[in-house]
Amino acid sequence: MIWFIIKRLMQTIPVIIGVTIVVFVIMQLVPGDPAVLLAGEGATKETIEALRQQLGLHQPLYIQYFDYVSNLLRGDMGFSLKNNQPVLQEIMTRLPITLELAIFSTLITIVLGMLAGIVSAIRPYSILDTVVMVVALLGISLPSFWFGLMLMYSFSVKLQIFPVAGWDSMLHIVLPAFTLGAGGAAIVARMTRSSMLEVIRQDYIRTARAKGVKERVIIYKHALRNALIPVITVVGLQFGALLGGTVLVESIFAINGLGRMIVDAIRMRDLPVVQGGVLVASLVFVVVNLIVDILYRLFNKRIELN
Amino acid sequence: MSKEVILEVKNLQTHFITKRGTSKAVDGIDFILHKGETLGIVGESGCGKSITSLSLLRLIPSPPGKIAGGEVLFKGRNLVELPESEMRKLRGNEISMIFQEPMTSLNPVLPVGEQIAEAIRLHQNLNKKEAAKKAVEMLRLVGIPSPEKRAKQEPFQLSGGMRQRVMIAMALSCNPEVLIADEPTTALDVTIQAQILRLMKELQERLGMGVILITHDLGVVAETCDKVAVMYAGNIVEHATTETLYETPLHPYTQGLLASLPKIDEDQEELYTIEGNVPSAFNMPPGCRFASRCPLATNLCREQKPELIEHESGSKVRCWVYSNKWREQEVVM
Repeated sequence: MIWFIIKRLMQTIPVIIGVTIVVFVIMQLVPGDPAVLLAGEGATKETIEALRQQLGLHQPLYIQYFDYVSNLLRGDMGFSLKNNQPVLQEIMTRLPITLELAIFSTLITIVLGMLAGIVSAIRPYSILDTVVMVVALLGISLPSFWFGLMLMYSFSVKLQIFPVAGWDSMLHIVLPAFTLGAGGAAIVARMTRSSMLEVIRQDYIRTARAKGVKERVIIYKHALRNALIPVITVVGLQFGALLGGTVLVESIFAINGLGRMIVDAIRMRDLPVVQGGVLVASLVFVVVNLIVDILYRLFNKRIELN
Repeated sequence: MSKEVILEVKNLQTHFITKRGTSKAVDGIDFILHKGETLGIVGESGCGKSITSLSLLRLIPSPPGKIAGGEVLFKGRNLVELPESEMRKLRGNEISMIFQEPMTSLNPVLPVGEQIAEAIRLHQNLNKKEAAKKAVEMLRLVGIPSPEKRAKQEPFQLSGGMRQRVMIAMALSCNPEVLIADEPTTALDVTIQAQILRLMKELQERLGMGVILITHDLGVVAETCDKVAVMYAGNIVEHATTETLYETPLHPYTQGLLASLPKIDEDQEELYTIEGNVPSAFNMPPGCRFASRCPLATNLCREQKPELIEHESGSKVRCWVYSNKWREQEVVM
C-alpha cells in the first residue's frame, strides 16, 4: 500500500509540470505584447520597456518558464495588477472558502446520491425507484445557476430559512453547497443504482445468501462495497466538475472564493491572478485524483500500477 | 434400508413466470437422501438440476422463479413453507451449498478467512476472534497450505482449486447434515477435480453428512455417488443405485448418455450422440419428454406421459417400455 502511494505520488510530478507549462502558456497566448497589456493603457514606451526588463520578457521563452517555475517554488506567484498584492496571499484567503464549499457539496453528492441509489436498487422498478430516478434526472438536467436562484428565491426570500448570500455562518453554506452538489448527487444516485443492480446478480451474493446472511447485511456488506468501486471514480470526476461549478455558484451567492476571484480577475484582465488561480485549482484537482486513486485501491486491492 | 432419512423431496415443482409464459424448470421430482449417502443428480445443461438444488435452500431468484408445489422435508420440517427467518438459520448451517464457479462465488473484496468466519459467526455462538480461528482451522482441514496467511488474502490471490477449497471450507464450517454441491468441479482442471472430489469424499466420511452432487459428468458420478437420479427436461427419468445404473441402464436417455461416453478399451471412429434437442420448457409435449429423440418411441409415448415406476432391478424409471401398457400395445400391433 505504501509503495502504491509512493508510486502514485511520483506519477503526479509530470502532471504538475504539465500544469505549470499550460498555465505559463496562457500568458503567451494572450494576444498582444504582455508588457503592453501589463503596463495598462496610456503607458509610455519607457514604462513598457522597463516592465519588460523587470519581468524578464526579453529573455527566450524557456528561460522565462524556468524563472516562472523557480518563482513558484519560492511561493512567488507575482502581484495582482489590480491592487499590487501578492497573488499567493490573495489565493490563500480565498482557497479555504472554496474548499469548504467544495467539500460540503461533495458530502451532499456522496450521501444523498448513494442513499438515493441504494433505495432505488433495493426495490427496482417500484414506485419509489421511479420517483427517485425521475428526481435524479431532473437533478442532472437543471442548470446550477437556475437551480441556485430558485433555491435562493424559495428558501431565502420566501421562507427566510437561509441567508440570501455571503459566507459567515454554517447556515450560509447550505444553499450554495446544495446547488453545487445536487447535479453530482443525481449522477451518483444513478450510478449507484445501476452498479448495485449489477452486483446483486453476482454469484457471490448468492453464496452469501446460501450462508444464511440477512438481506440487509448482504446489501451493506457484500453488495455495497463492490458496487461502490465504480461510484468512487464518478465522485472523483464530479469533484473536478464541482471546482468549475464554484465559479458560477460563488457568483450567484456572492461568496468570495477562488472561483469568483478568477472570474473577477478575468474581467479585470488581471493576468497574474488568473494564472495563479488556475494553477491552484488544477493542483487541487490533481490532489483529489490522487485521493480517489488511493481510496479506489483501498476498496479494490486488485488494482496495480504498472 | 435402515439408514436414517435426512432429506426427502416430494413432487417438487419450480416454475419461472415470464412474459413468454410459464417455464416448468423442475416439474415434480422426488428423491430421498439418507445420512452419509451421496446422491448424484445428472443431466444435461438446462434439465433443471441446478434449479432443483437452489430450490432446496429456496435460493431461486424470485420473481421470476417460484416454488409452485411439493415438499422438501428436512428432519420433519417442510422447508417450502418455512418462514424466511427460519430458513436463514438453516442455510449454511444444517444445509449448505457449494457452487459451480469458484472464480465468481467468493466476494472479491473480502478476505477469504472473513468470508468463512461470517458463516461461523452467523450460526455458532463464537466471537469474532474465535470465529477467525475456526476459519483458519477449516482452511487447514481442506488442505490449504499456510492457512493463517491465506485467510487474510482476497480471492484474486488464490487459484481456482484453492477457491473451491475455500468454498468447501465455508460450506462445512458449521458441520452441515446435508451438503449440496452444484457442479463443484466443472470449472476446474482435471487433476484439481480429482483432488476436490477426494477431499469431499474424505470429509463426508469424517463428518457423516449426506451429499447431493449435481453434475453432468458421468465419470464423477461413477466415482463418488451411491445413488443417481437422471434428470431430463425437469423430470427424473431414472433413479437407481450407481452400480445398477451403469450395469443395466433402463431409460433410453440414460442408455444414450452412457453410450456417448468415449471408451478407453475400444477403438471408436465416432462418438455416439443423442439426436435432436431438448423440448422448450415453455412448450412441453403432452407425452414422454424424451419421445422426440427416442429410438423406441411409439404413439403411446408421444401421447401419454409415463409415470416413474419401479423396475424389477430395483431402479425406478419413467418409461413406457417397462410398463404393462407397452406389452398390451405390442399385442395390438
